[in-house]
Amino acid sequence: MRYLPHTEEDISSMLHAVGAEDMDDLFSMIPGNCKMEGDLNLPEALTEWELNTLMHGLSKKIAVSPEYKIFMGAGSYNHYIPESVSYLLGRSEFSTAYTPYQPEISQGTLQAIYEYQTLVTRLLGMEVANASMYDGASALAEAILMAARVAKRKKVALSGVIHPYYRDVVRTYLEPGDYEIVELPSLGNGRTDISGVAGMDDLAAVVIQSPNFFGCIEDLRLTGEIAHKSGSFFVLSFTEPLAYGLFKNPGCQGADIVCGEGQSLGIPQSFGGPGLGMFACRMKHVRDMPGRLVGKTTDMDGRPGFVLTLATREQHIRREKAKSNICTNNSLCALASSMYMASVGGTGIRELACLNYDKAEYLKRGLREAGFRISFDSPTFNEFVVEFGEDFNDTYKKLLEQGIVAGIPIATWYPELSGHYLLCATETMDREDMDALIKEVRS
Amino acid sequence: MKELQGASGLILNEPLLWEKGKKGRCGFSMPRRDVVPSPVDEGLAGDGPDFPDLSEVDVVRHYTRLSQWNFGVDAGMYPLGSCTMKYNPKVNEREASLPGFAGAHPLLPPELSQGALELMYRLEQYLAGITGMDAVTLQPSAGAHGELTGMLLIRAYHKSRGSHRSKIIVPDTAHGTNPASAALCDFHPVAVKSGEDGIIPAEAIAAIMDEDTAGIMITNPNTLGLFEDNIREIAEIVHSKGGLVYGDGANMNAVMGIVQMGKIGFDVMHLNLHKTFSTPHGGGGPGSGPVCVKNTLKPFLPVPRIIKEGDRYTLSGDFPETIGKLQAFYGNFGVMIKACSYIMSMGSEGLKRASQLAVLNANYIKENLKDSLYLPYDRPCMHECVFSDKFQEGEKITTLDMAKRLMDYGFHPPTIYFPLVVHGAMMIEPTETESKEDIDCFIAALKAIVAEAGKDPDLLKMAPTRPKLRRLDETAAARKPCLAG
Repeated sequence: MRYLPHTEEDISSMLHAVGAEDMDDLFSMIPGNCKMEGDLNLPEALTEWELNTLMHGLSKKIAVSPEYKIFMGAGSYNHYIPESVSYLLGRSEFSTAYTPYQPEISQGTLQAIYEYQTLVTRLLGMEVANASMYDGASALAEAILMAARVAKRKKVALSGVIHPYYRDVVRTYLEPGDYEIVELPSLGNGRTDISGVAGMDDLAAVVIQSPNFFGCIEDLRLTGEIAHKSGSFFVLSFTEPLAYGLFKNPGCQGADIVCGEGQSLGIPQSFGGPGLGMFACRMKHVRDMPGRLVGKTTDMDGRPGFVLTLATREQHIRREKAKSNICTNNSLCALASSMYMASVGGTGIRELACLNYDKAEYLKRGLREAGFRISFDSPTFNEFVVEFGEDFNDTYKKLLEQGIVAGIPIATWYPELSGHYLLCATETMDREDMDALIKEVRS
Repeated sequence: MKELQGASGLILNEPLLWEKGKKGRCGFSMPRRDVVPSPVDEGLAGDGPDFPDLSEVDVVRHYTRLSQWNFGVDAGMYPLGSCTMKYNPKVNEREASLPGFAGAHPLLPPELSQGALELMYRLEQYLAGITGMDAVTLQPSAGAHGELTGMLLIRAYHKSRGSHRSKIIVPDTAHGTNPASAALCDFHPVAVKSGEDGIIPAEAIAAIMDEDTAGIMITNPNTLGLFEDNIREIAEIVHSKGGLVYGDGANMNAVMGIVQMGKIGFDVMHLNLHKTFSTPHGGGGPGSGPVCVKNTLKPFLPVPRIIKEGDRYTLSGDFPETIGKLQAFYGNFGVMIKACSYIMSMGSEGLKRASQLAVLNANYIKENLKDSLYLPYDRPCMHECVFSDKFQEGEKITTLDMAKRLMDYGFHPPTIYFPLVVHGAMMIEPTETESKEDIDCFIAALKAIVAEAGKDPDLLKMAPTRPKLRRLDETAAARKPCLAG
């Protein structure tokens, strides 16, 4: 086996050095009734070339762009990734390193993560960001736990137009802890109805998502005011960070904790993972924040450098009193997003965000002209809900056969919205593709 | 012995991203604008983030220089105990970046995503085969996420039987995340001391296991690199009081094809695909922490689950007793592809061989260094061995000093000051992918360092001197945190 360097000669001299007769002798301390009998139930080992053929075959049994025109978003977005990003990310000095516990020989990872933290604070308008978490959904669950910990309250108001899977994850994390979750309904315009919050006592957090699951931009300023009036945290979730290239950032509108999924920023969709849990808050709450942090310092000679810091919040020091059990950041994904943000740049991200907005508006107009109702009239970014009607299912299936995925039917999660579909158009969608969809659904 | 590999070379300085570039540059090929601009609500529009503007060359140079300040497995031996820093095969990276996998949308209808579902189904089957457990979820994103999943499963199990148990037993040789994961599930961790031989005595468990205790979290092989040989007896004690046994499988690399985890009393265990199954650590993630269970816990597994009907794969959320979801979609699929590729390349014989060689390498290091470094538990080890700085106390040299000096010799230091049960611990896990020559070099380097400690301790106290930076002031970093520029 090419990954195992030992020759028979090496093995016998090493066995001799440790005083073992043979390989089995190395495991003599393991009681007989614990041992595996016979071979593992696995297929025969493949050569590199056989593996390539098999994996190629499996990968061809998945519909992807550009062969398919996929108008799907809902937490996973198709954006162009510059080859330079994929290429740099492949540098094994980054990918084959561990967590930078030894800073002298990990300055590459450490500076890159410090830069990531900085770019995230700038994108979201927040004071401090951590080194990243698993994904947007688990970051949201951690954000709510953090708010509850600081506020010392157990009740949370959660918008019903947060991604349904994110709400599922939140419920899983909160289930053991005796929390109360109040779900906020949505208004006819697709935004969250936060009027109910005013009457709620003892709220730890008001939690919304923007752009929300329907693609609508929420009224962040108003949500922040109402949350703060009730003495609770304003927690903002997102699935499409590119929106903040165009729209006002959450920090300048009163958000206390901002968290979400960073996949859009240079990370392949990869069937939903790995993604990037982005997490930011106010500096005054930094010691209650979960996750790793990189900070600036100096070395023995006074030269600037970076280290992991504020680790006393973490589980390897605090054990059961830790702020979270998280022991990882999706470091390589954070690095990908930094490379992407650096490549697109300040001027570029605005242009790219505008293009996303304009593509979706073009599709929206076309569908409206084709006689379909856009379900909600609030402004959206690159996805929106359209009412194709109850009998659209056959057309949807017919389109699948033609290689067009006409969005996602949302009745699965919102039974009252039967016949409504969530459609997404990013910069990767050409006008001809959108024209083709419009033409097909019209006929 | 070969020439030691640590040397000095040209290191290029590189400023922070935002200290580079000029307004108006762009490193991204902006897609053609084929639609007209649409008006944006003025009340909602912002100014956009204050990012630097860089050319593609600026970005490439920046990250290339940064990468050169890093040490990875591809550069050399990285014997971090408990982390299994084995070689990360390159073909696995290729498979994960195949356009069909990398471009797959997670909400595609099943008929358009059969390849992804089949791969996940296969991996579940393989992991069940390797552990001897009955069912697997691939959803947890990392080891600690797997622990959390396991604790939620145990909680759900007791709840389904109408009981609420408040405690969980966690030995002092457990991973640091264990108590934190248990606490998240509202379990109160009860510590239990390992015996003088580094093994948990069954009597210690019998003395504290009661009907208010949900179960035990046990790492086997443990963090001293020793096999818990009382495991079956411990499991029987826990089971007899209605509790369950959680196995932390972080150290699975020692026992593939050798121990059947399903037989030693584990009801639930997690694996780390980024340790045992060769997926790269990525400087701290992404990982993947699948959880394997016995049939008793199967109804509670996270949803959706992959179902195979004939030749067709689907996702089903229809499991009323499920603990719910741990991640937005199905877990870190990109990592699963790499682990699956690894298992398929190794096969049964290859995996068993890997564990044998991992254990051989660790014992070889232990035997060759035990005269130079204090070995608190002198017995055959599994995939890692734990020394301490006791012999160096007279010279006032610590484990940290020796670890830092190893960098000058061209090695990544081992895990230090863990496990907590050994004062000044130095935990060495070579893994199976290090050759005898490289291990001999590592042994020679540590012996040389031990000799230096006696003759010229300042060499160690001032170390390292060869990397880009010398020791960093961590106290100052924490006292006045500067976390963004």
